[in-house]
Amino acid sequence: MTVLEVRGLHKSFGGLCVTADVSLAVAAGERRLIIGPNGAGKTTLFNLITGELRPDAGAITLFGDDITRVPSRRRAHLGLARTYQIITLFPRETLLQNVTFSLLGLSRLRWNPLARLAGQTTLLAAARAALARVGLEHLADRPLTETSYGERRRVEIAMALAQNPRVLLLDEPFAGLSIEERRDVHQLLVGIPRDVTIVMIEHDMDTALGFAERITVLHFGEVIVEGNRAEVVAHPRTREIYLGE
Amino acid sequence: MNLWFLLSVNSVTLGGLLFLLSAGFSLIFGLMRIPNLTHGSLFMLGAYFSVSLIAGGLHFWVAALLAGLGVAALGGIIERFVLRRLAGAELAQVLVTLGLSFMVADVCLMAWGGDPISIATPAALRGATRFFAGLAFPTYRLAIIVIAVAIAAALWALIDKTRLGAMIRAGVDDRAMAQVVGIRVSRLFTIVFCLGAGLAGFAGVIGGPILSVYPGLDQDMLPLALVVVILGGTGSLLGSLVGSFVVGFLYNFGQAMFPELAYVVLFLPMLIVLVVRPQGLFGRAAP
Amino acid sequence: MTRLALALVLLATLPFWVGNTYYVNIATQILIYAVFALGLNVLVGYAGLVTLGHAGLFGIAAYAGALIVNGGHGHVAAVTGALLATLATAAIFAALALRGTGLGFVMITVALGQITWGIAYRWISITNGDNGVSIRGRPVPFGLSLASATGLYWATLVVFLVALATIAIFAASPFGASVRGTRDQPQRMNALGYHVWMIRFLAFLFSGLWSGVAGMLFLYYNQFVSPQAVALGASAEALLMVIAGGTGTLLGPIAGAALVVIMKNVASAYIVRWNFVLGAIFVAIVVFMPEGLVPGTVRLWRWATATRRRRPAAPAPAPGAEGGR
Repeated sequence: MTVLEVRGLHKSFGGLCVTADVSLAVAAGERRLIIGPNGAGKTTLFNLITGELRPDAGAITLFGDDITRVPSRRRAHLGLARTYQIITLFPRETLLQNVTFSLLGLSRLRWNPLARLAGQTTLLAAARAALARVGLEHLADRPLTETSYGERRRVEIAMALAQNPRVLLLDEPFAGLSIEERRDVHQLLVGIPRDVTIVMIEHDMDTALGFAERITVLHFGEVIVEGNRAEVVAHPRTREIYLGE
Repeated sequence: MNLWFLLSVNSVTLGGLLFLLSAGFSLIFGLMRIPNLTHGSLFMLGAYFSVSLIAGGLHFWVAALLAGLGVAALGGIIERFVLRRLAGAELAQVLVTLGLSFMVADVCLMAWGGDPISIATPAALRGATRFFAGLAFPTYRLAIIVIAVAIAAALWALIDKTRLGAMIRAGVDDRAMAQVVGIRVSRLFTIVFCLGAGLAGFAGVIGGPILSVYPGLDQDMLPLALVVVILGGTGSLLGSLVGSFVVGFLYNFGQAMFPELAYVVLFLPMLIVLVVRPQGLFGRAAP
Repeated sequence: MTRLALALVLLATLPFWVGNTYYVNIATQILIYAVFALGLNVLVGYAGLVTLGHAGLFGIAAYAGALIVNGGHGHVAAVTGALLATLATAAIFAALALRGTGLGFVMITVALGQITWGIAYRWISITNGDNGVSIRGRPVPFGLSLASATGLYWATLVVFLVALATIAIFAASPFGASVRGTRDQPQRMNALGYHVWMIRFLAFLFSGLWSGVAGMLFLYYNQFVSPQAVALGASAEALLMVIAGGTGTLLGPIAGAALVVIMKNVASAYIVRWNFVLGAIFVAIVVFMPEGLVPGTVRLWRWATATRRRRPAAPAPAPGAEGGR
């Protein structure tokens, strides 16, 4: 069953075509990897899927429903979650508060101007649990500014997981991490159950290739190659793109 | 018919004056992304400077020039020692210009007192010029138009034909890229701020015979400069020119035809432009 | 909690220990502007949207109230009418201003404030122009007269405390957190499922409401309103109060309001040119204490006390001995 499908997606900025007729279909529970050189349009594709960018042409389908016209803020409520390549966390808050934002976004509570946020025990417990999933529970009350880069990357993932998504988009989750940190994050991702479909953008081949089942290669906004690990690695066009042959 | 003609010429005059005031504001806004809220006070300060200079025996035009230079120097000090410290924090820079406007305005009050002071029209330009059909018009007001056009031409030559102008245009277009290609943006900022301030001070003197000088002149002029720049686009000289004349007409005709809604007539177009096309009629979209 | 209780007692008994009617009036003014500043801070500090047009809302309330009272409709109608007018205007302001972001937003609020001022200044048939509108007498809530300085002070104090409590609850609520989220990461908030525009719109309305309340208090204090209350300078002063005091706290806008009012009234008796000093203080705060007077002072205090604590320690700390700050 296809959970996420993109058909004929186009996006241009002025004269620059960033996404050119991209189509792909991700099956339920699949682990899909999107790779490609810098500027291939990978993050733009994510932005189009989450609705942060509007496509010039094409359609996006989530669980069979056309969400092309659905505003970005509603897509989170449909089970879509993402992390960002550049860390976009809330700098003036603690880790717990950061993850709480994630949970609050999906709750009617976010409109409540009278209740005390600090008194929402269920919500805060869920936030702590989300932090525990990425091994950061002990830093829950630490301000974000006092955490390391690797820790913040994990907070990004915690925030996405806290939304209990059905489709998870990870934008370079390993970027800038040390070898140990990569191992930890890899363990974490491998442990995510199959009722969550994962689409990941990554540069770090070793870690990502081990994780992915199907791989889509983008180059200058177009889908060049698609297949499983062996197929993509063997494909002449992949070598062409990465080694410039 | 006579009234419309008079209003029109007055509007062109006001437009000319506003151009002198707003050209600097527009350059500063376009290049440094700061709406310089001190601009009105600098206009007023220039006018006050000239009062003292003229009282000291200097000729009107000499006073105008010196006042402009004096205000330019102050602008340089402000940019170099206050604004540069806050480089990158645009909101802080805006707020600082607000605080500075309070300070400059109060210094003027301290130094020149609370009564309005009129500046005498230079002797050579007193009286009226006769037109066809027996229409007469104050010569000085025509002179303002000429001065505004002359300065506009000079500025255009500067921006379009000189290396400095090219650097300014580059900086307005894309500040980061300008820095990358080696333009010393911080020095450019100081130059542009001095230029803008100097123009404002000079404009204050030129406007003196018509508006006179009084506490609160800054608060009267600043919103007009804002409207001009919003309508005409930030960083666009042509925009400032067109915007100035549009505002000149809106202001005068608005006062004459809809006295009760005069300011609405003035600010409503500004509002419409901001809401529909945030970069103004001529400017480029802000990043 | 005890600090709060002490503060409340001091505030409640102020007219007795301050003695002079003049100072009681100063205190009333501080409270009025504190309400204005606290409301403005909801937009500037919590939502991160700087505005230079809030005096327009302040003025609309005062003028509407004055006109209703002078129309013979009584004070309840005046307050209700004024606040409704303020909310309606705030909704229009918000819908227009939110078309822009950052600097565009500021510019639109300037335009809106100026339009309001222009109407107050020029629509003489309604607003009496520069001469302003006077009202006679203050309300008599529950039979208590507010004609005296002390009476008005206590009424203002009650309103101030209500404002403070309401805004405090707002700040600590989930919606308050949503507002702060849109300040720091609007794009992410959008992706997390929040309706960023609506959050900002509602924050604007809430902020505008308190500007209206302050406007009515102003009207009753002065029994007069003129276009000056709506001018750009008035909006600038309010912004000054918020920035100077510090936007992140509840105490900040109150401190800022106190600073500006004291400068205006009391200091001007000793310092000839208070505007200059105010501007200078503002510039100094923006340059040296950008987070505002309250957090900046706290930071300074912590640094000063930390230095004193450190000095008695050994001049050359043993390696590995002192791990902390």
